[in-house]
Amino acid sequence: MSRLIRMDASGHSTLAEWSAADQAAFDAAVREFRDQLDEGYIGVLDHGDGQATQVRELPRDAELVIMRRPIAGG
Amino acid sequence: MAAPAGSAPALPEIAQVPWRPVADQRYLDRNARLWRLWTIAYSAPFVLIGIGLLAVTWLTFPVALAAFAQAWIIPELYAFRGASVLRRKGARHDRTEPVAQGLLGDLLGHAERDLQRETGLALQRSALGIWLMGEAGAVLMPPGGARVHCFCVRATDPELPPSDRIAHLLLALRTDEQGFATVANHAFCGAPWRVRRRLPAPMKPALDEARRRARLL
Repeated sequence: MSRLIRMDASGHSTLAEWSAADQAAFDAAVREFRDQLDEGYIGVLDHGDGQATQVRELPRDAELVIMRRPIAGG
Repeated sequence: MAAPAGSAPALPEIAQVPWRPVADQRYLDRNARLWRLWTIAYSAPFVLIGIGLLAVTWLTFPVALAAFAQAWIIPELYAFRGASVLRRKGARHDRTEPVAQGLLGDLLGHAERDLQRETGLALQRSALGIWLMGEAGAVLMPPGGARVHCFCVRATDPELPPSDRIAHLLLALRTDEQGFATVANHAFCGAPWRVRRRLPAPMKPALDEARRRARLL
């Protein structure tokens, strides 16, 4: 089961879950993902090897996509 | 690993700082040289003044002592600023922090997870060296571990629990290391021992481990 989560004041929130075979769930996850992008969040796919990728479209086969806020110099 | 469709190679936050040069190895080396020269420039005159006063007469000893103290204190203040990038900052959010801690732990390897739980700092190896990520800043130790670069950088949402703030920085670093270092404000560069002296005691093992790994690069 793939998950779309957002880092927020609650620690993190699960926004959507989908499986490759469930098109309706994936479509709902895509809508949620785009809503988060519109709110200023950034989608990140962590590869687990010290590398991550910013994603602008929800990858269907990703296990976990994390939405984060922008960073800035302090 | 092939980038997924719709992926972007650079950190989007770079658009906030279009005037900055990309913080690559050359940029960091130049910054290190400038910091070394700058440290000498503001310390040496006070040392010379102290020596000069003592050469005139020993009666100037109190003033000479003050000059020597200045030569010591000013670099210490800069080092304090460098160490401060790793200090805990902001509300602790005790209720939500365990949830954030779980996610951050999932992003880290076993050794790094244990180190983060002991010290509050997340260690990440990357192309430029070994990074230590705090709640509102990061430290880079280039290969060899002879110097340390300190950066002020933070997540923009103040309501995030501490581990989520670290996870934000970690994911941004993993996405684009040079972009991350470009967006961050360079706060200090100097010898690791200068920063270590000013770090809270629980964080010192993380800096020691970063230095140990940097020496192996």
